[in-house]
Amino acid sequence: MFVAIDQVFTLENILYLAKGALLSVAIAALSLLIGLVLGILGASGRRSKHKVPRAIAFVYVTIIRGTPLLLQILIIFSVIPSIYTAFTGNVLRINPIVIGMIALSINSGAYQTELLRSGINGVDKGQWEACETLGLSSWKTMKLVILPQAFKRVVPPLISEFITLIKDSSLISCIGAAELLKGAQVIGAEYYDVMSPYMLAAIFYLIMTCIVSCIGNKVEKRLAVSD
Amino acid sequence: MIRVENVSKNFNKTHALKNVSLEVNKGDIISLIGPSGSGKSTLLRCIHGLEHVDTGKIYMDDEWMNPDDEKKFRAQRNRMGFVFQHFNLFPNMSVLQNCKLAQVEVLNKTDEEAEKTALEYLEKVGLLEKKDAYPNNLSGGQKQRVAIARALCMNPDIMLFDEPTSALDPEMIKEVLEVMKDLGKQGMTMVVVTHEMGFARKVGTRVVFLDQGEIVEENTSEKFFENPQSERAKDFLSKVFYE
Repeated sequence: MFVAIDQVFTLENILYLAKGALLSVAIAALSLLIGLVLGILGASGRRSKHKVPRAIAFVYVTIIRGTPLLLQILIIFSVIPSIYTAFTGNVLRINPIVIGMIALSINSGAYQTELLRSGINGVDKGQWEACETLGLSSWKTMKLVILPQAFKRVVPPLISEFITLIKDSSLISCIGAAELLKGAQVIGAEYYDVMSPYMLAAIFYLIMTCIVSCIGNKVEKRLAVSD
Repeated sequence: MIRVENVSKNFNKTHALKNVSLEVNKGDIISLIGPSGSGKSTLLRCIHGLEHVDTGKIYMDDEWMNPDDEKKFRAQRNRMGFVFQHFNLFPNMSVLQNCKLAQVEVLNKTDEEAEKTALEYLEKVGLLEKKDAYPNNLSGGQKQRVAIARALCMNPDIMLFDEPTSALDPEMIKEVLEVMKDLGKQGMTMVVVTHEMGFARKVGTRVVFLDQGEIVEENTSEKFFENPQSERAKDFLSKVFYE
């Protein structure tokens, strides 16, 4: 199994994987942020009085949550360049990391839509009515009263969404994005020993997710203080 | 001041209000009483516009409160203060911030002006020393007094109370009723949905008795409690304990 373990566990290789790990976190963090924007839009859509945004948000969530992320990554990987080619006639070369991030963001956005929606719905209806009787517009009610309360509820699930993204970012190795898992595969091919770099990658993932979940616990405790 | 004209309201298939008419004059302290499910809270919520009526109209100073005329409707509603059974204070804000928020955001007051008004009313309800506390650290009675202060900060002409003491422990009811009594003494027009017969009798000027979505009896407080006319009111009064 670990036939070349002594050759794989060198400082150079570990640093190479650490670089991939950093990239994985960066991809996950950016996807979380872009997903948050999509999630806010999606949640607004789902809560909208009008039919069209409600339908769009519903279809978005249904499709994304109902299909595998790996498939979404592959589809976006092939769709974006071919659309570009169809319109311009040129061949498009985008960094697979960018494509992977787009796919992860769109995917995360759907989950965050539902997460934010349930956070907003979880705020007591009486809060809306109190604002209504005080004359606050629905936008101000949302901004000043509902969202601050909803935010508290969604922080813990947002942190677990971040952990999910760190792990799921490994899926974009399949389109050649040089993140942590891809790095492990490269090393594995070099030494004819995949097991050692895979184990190393697993340790890196574990360290990253443990750090995030540790930070999450601290934030959660801090938020609970003001309750 | 407020005139309710032939108002009906249905929830699904239940008739919450059936052709109800009611007049509220300046300085009135009207107690809406009746068995549960009689439509008293629905009537109060319709007056404020929290519920929209199915048929009938509600007038404020002889002007129709038309929900479709949004700007005017909003201005009309802003003349009314509303106090809920479950307080509905903002848990993420201090007592003072609760009282200031709408003053700044709706009345466009400066922070200092809003604070001055807020402190004034907090003193009135006897909670000045709690101004920096958060709602979750207050007792039920204190929460309700803050809610009253918050509504008063908007300088309403009329105050609507939806069972303000029903969610309180018995020993806290009095402090809230005292605040309401003082408010009445200062000439505030009030409509109160209540189960506190003592309050309805001693503080209220008029009683409106509802049953099954209809106004069954309407009279001055004195006459209603001394000599109820309708069988349903007699039956109701015989069942509730009051002083």
